This record gives sequence, structure tokens and C-alpha cells, in this order.
Amino acid sequence: MLELKHIEKYYNQGTVNEMCLFEDFNLTIHQGEFVSVVGSNGSGKTSLLNLICGSIPLDGGRILINNKDITKMPEFKRQRIIGRVYQNPAMGTCPNMTILENMAIADTKGKSFNLKKGTDRQRIGHYRELLSSLGLGLEDKLEVKVGVLSGGQRQAMALLMSTMTPIEFLILDEHTAALDPKTAETIMELTDKIVKEKKLTTIMVTHNLRYAVEYGNRLIMMHQGHCIIDKSGEEKAATKVEDLLEQFNEISIECGN
Amino acid sequence: MSIILGVINEGFIYALMALGVYITYSILDFPDLSVDSTFPMGAAVTATLILAGVPPFLTLFLAFAAGALAGTVTGLIHVKLKVRDLLSGIIVMTGLYSINLAITGNKANLPIFSQDTIFENPFIDGLPSAVSEYSTVLILFLIVLVVKVLLDLYLQTRSGYLLRAAGDNEALVTALAKDKGTVKILGLALANGLTALSGAVYCQQKGFFEISIGTGTMVMGLASVIIGTRVFARFGKLKATTAVILGTIVYKACVAMAMAAGLQTLYLKLITALLFLIILVISERKRRR
Repeated sequence: MLELKHIEKYYNQGTVNEMCLFEDFNLTIHQGEFVSVVGSNGSGKTSLLNLICGSIPLDGGRILINNKDITKMPEFKRQRIIGRVYQNPAMGTCPNMTILENMAIADTKGKSFNLKKGTDRQRIGHYRELLSSLGLGLEDKLEVKVGVLSGGQRQAMALLMSTMTPIEFLILDEHTAALDPKTAETIMELTDKIVKEKKLTTIMVTHNLRYAVEYGNRLIMMHQGHCIIDKSGEEKAATKVEDLLEQFNEISIECGN
Repeated sequence: MSIILGVINEGFIYALMALGVYITYSILDFPDLSVDSTFPMGAAVTATLILAGVPPFLTLFLAFAAGALAGTVTGLIHVKLKVRDLLSGIIVMTGLYSINLAITGNKANLPIFSQDTIFENPFIDGLPSAVSEYSTVLILFLIVLVVKVLLDLYLQTRSGYLLRAAGDNEALVTALAKDKGTVKILGLALANGLTALSGAVYCQQKGFFEISIGTGTMVMGLASVIIGTRVFARFGKLKATTAVILGTIVYKACVAMAMAAGLQTLYLKLITALLFLIILVISERKRRR
């Protein structure tokens, strides 16, 4: 369970450009939930993910994971139980290392990075199996550097690598936004499969309203640092893209756009 | 013949340093200027210790340790105090000048001609003259080979993978639940350890320590790394470390040729800098094509 309590976050504090993003923001995400988060630019979606992961500091409030306060825990330590896939496919892999080396380094997460061999030969069969599940033929290119792969292939690897070792939370930061529609579809299906298989608690920020409606079991729409829609269960299942669009239009009118 | 041998000797000595620069510049993407002072630091440590009666071979390890410590300081300044990479190196480089003098007991020049070194000792003297003629280059070759193999092996370990990842994609290091700062510090320690080792070997081979021998070390190292990784790496399956060693020898040969063309020694550093500029411009042009 992930709890955000009374979160406060300001930007440019102490200057004339001071902007309050979150003020007394509260959110609880339960074990096994797959939350889709939508909202216009600047509504606080990515900031929310960054606060959870510890990438940006908090100005007030507390963050708890399974009742343990992680507010002061540095970003890298939180990653022990968090897997994150970014919008930019290059963020999740090492371009100058081979596919095999990338798989091996991801597999070492949670273990000691000591002087043992970086690639355990006995695990190669397992890596091949995982890669072939992507259906991209990467299992036959183990010695190829990841830098020469396409964005979609890299994103598929990033997804695989971030969920290879046991984690509790999967954070998806518009992870299909930089891909072509066909590849985006493939990555989204793959995401759903992995989330279900590993029973991961997932938070997915997306601009694709159809994905938000089709996937996951909870839907949140954010606006100016607040959750203006929060539906789960049957209510979420009954939500249509049109409903979200309507809400978007209302917000826009309100803002004067 | 003696010129060629001289070039190869120098190439091997500086190759140790170039391997260090390869770690910081190519792997970590960190322009580390502290090498300009860790090179003479290695020389200062080895000269002082040899004069104090410590076995010459052992001093090499101690020089490495001293360099690694200095590299750690550069890393700490950058990571913990959040000073920019180039400035962290400059701060350590400047400060070490005094430290190096303190090591030698405030002597800017410390000759060890009469002392035993790894190149000149009763064992080497006892060898048949056909061998002893080439003993220096053989010893240098051995040291470079051992360091290269060890570095290659290290880069294939889990820790080595993490080091490569830190230069390639910092975000991934964080994603692996590792502190990228610690990895950088480790890389800088290793690189400056190798540079100090290079300085120590230089000192034992030349027979003296001199405070200014480090000037231009980074430029020399970068030039060697760029020649190696951009020129030699094209030839098939050559390992990057091997390419860097070859790059150093080629660079030294270029400098030697320029000097042989009749330039005075006082222009050595100017040649060093100009050659680096030429290499940089050519390699950038090639990359853009």
C-alpha cells in the first residue's frame, strides 16, 4: 500500500513566480491496483510520480509504503521495490552495453555489485526466454549494443528490465508516448501482461485516454494538483473515453483556453 | 632504433595513465583534471619511499593507493559538495601541488639515480647483456599487460558493469537501487590510482621526481584515448583498452617526430597541446560525417 499524506509541493518558492502545485494532497493506492492517471499538462501527474520515486524533494507531508515512512529515503534506495519506465526509451537501458549485458545488469538489481562475473552464463537461457516473450527477435541479438535498437525495442527491454527482479510498484511515466501507434499498442499489451503475471501495483501516467479507460482497475484525472476524477471497480469499468473528453473540455473552459 | 625504443618506453609508461583517463573520460564521461597532479604524486611517493628504503616494487602499490585517495577526494567534492566535474578536478589538482611538495619534504626535484629501482637492480644487472638491453621495455610491457588484463577483467564484473552503466545512463544506476555518486567516486579513485602508478613508473625509469612533470597529463591522456578509441577501435575486435595503449604509443611517436624535425625541447608542451587540438578537430569532423 502506498500512501501520500498532506503532500505540499511548490515550485520557484520565494520568487515572484512561486507556484503551488500540491496543497494538502492525499492519495492512497492499495496493493494490486493498476491506476491510470490522466490530466492536462502541468496538472501534476509527472510531479506525483517524481515525488513517489523521490526524484524531487517534498515541501510538506509524508509518503508511506506499507506503513513505513519513506519521506526521507533517497531516490536510489526507494528503487529497491520500485520499477520505473520513462517516456524516453533511452532512459531505461544502457546504449553502449549489449542486450545480454543489459539483461545481466538488470538481473543483478537487489544483489551485491561485487567482483563476480557481470554476466552469469547459466542465466543466458532465462534471458533468451524473457526476450523471446517480447516477440521482437531480440533473443537472437544478444551481442548487439542496445544503442542500435529502435525506440520500441528499447522500451520493451526497459519494461522487461525494470520488472525482472522482484518489485512491488511499477511506475509508468507516459511510457508509450514516444512510440508509433502500433508499437505503443504492443508495449501496452506487454505492460498489462507483466502487471497481471507479477501482480504489480501499478501507476501509469498517460495522455492516451483509450489506454486509461481500457487498462487498469482505477482511473484518476488530475487538475491543478487535485484528483477531480477517482473511479475504481465497476464505476471505472463503465467509464468511456467520451466521459473523460467531456471533463477535459470543462476544465479547459474553466481555465479560459 | 633507440628512438623507436624510447617512443615505445614512453608510450607504455603513459599508457597506464591513459587507461585511467579512459575510465574517467570515455566510461564515466567525467573530464578529470586531477590527473595533472596525481601523476607527479605517484612519482613523489615512489621517490620518497625508495629513498627511505622501501622496496621499489612495493612503492608502486603505495603510489596507486595515494592516487586513488586523491581521486576519491575529487569524487567526494563533485558528488557530496555538488561542485562541477571540471572544477572539482581543478581544485584537487591545485591543492595536490602543495601536497606533492609536502611528500618530498619540500623538494621540487628529487633524484633517485643511485637507488635500486624496478628497472635497475642487481637482478637485472646479472642478466646476459642481450636481455638487459631490452629489460626496460620488457618490464614496462609486463606492467602494462598486467594492468590492462586486470582492467579488462574488472570491466566484466558486476561492479565493472555498474561503472559502465554510470557513464552510459545514470538513471539506470538509480533504477538499479544504487547510488550513482558512489560509482563515480569509485571510477575516479581507480583512474587516479592508475595515473599515480604511471607517475611512479615514470619516476623509477627516469630516475627522478620533478614537481612539474604532470603538466599536460590530461591533454596527453585524452589525445591518446581519442586516437585509440577512434582510430584503432575500427580495426576489428580490438578491445578498447588495447586501443588506448596503442593510441598512447602513436601519440608519443607523433611528438617524437615533431621534436626530431628540429624543434627545441622548450616547445614540447606546445607540441603536446597542438597535437591534441589537431586530433580533436579531426576526430570531431569524422564523427559528424
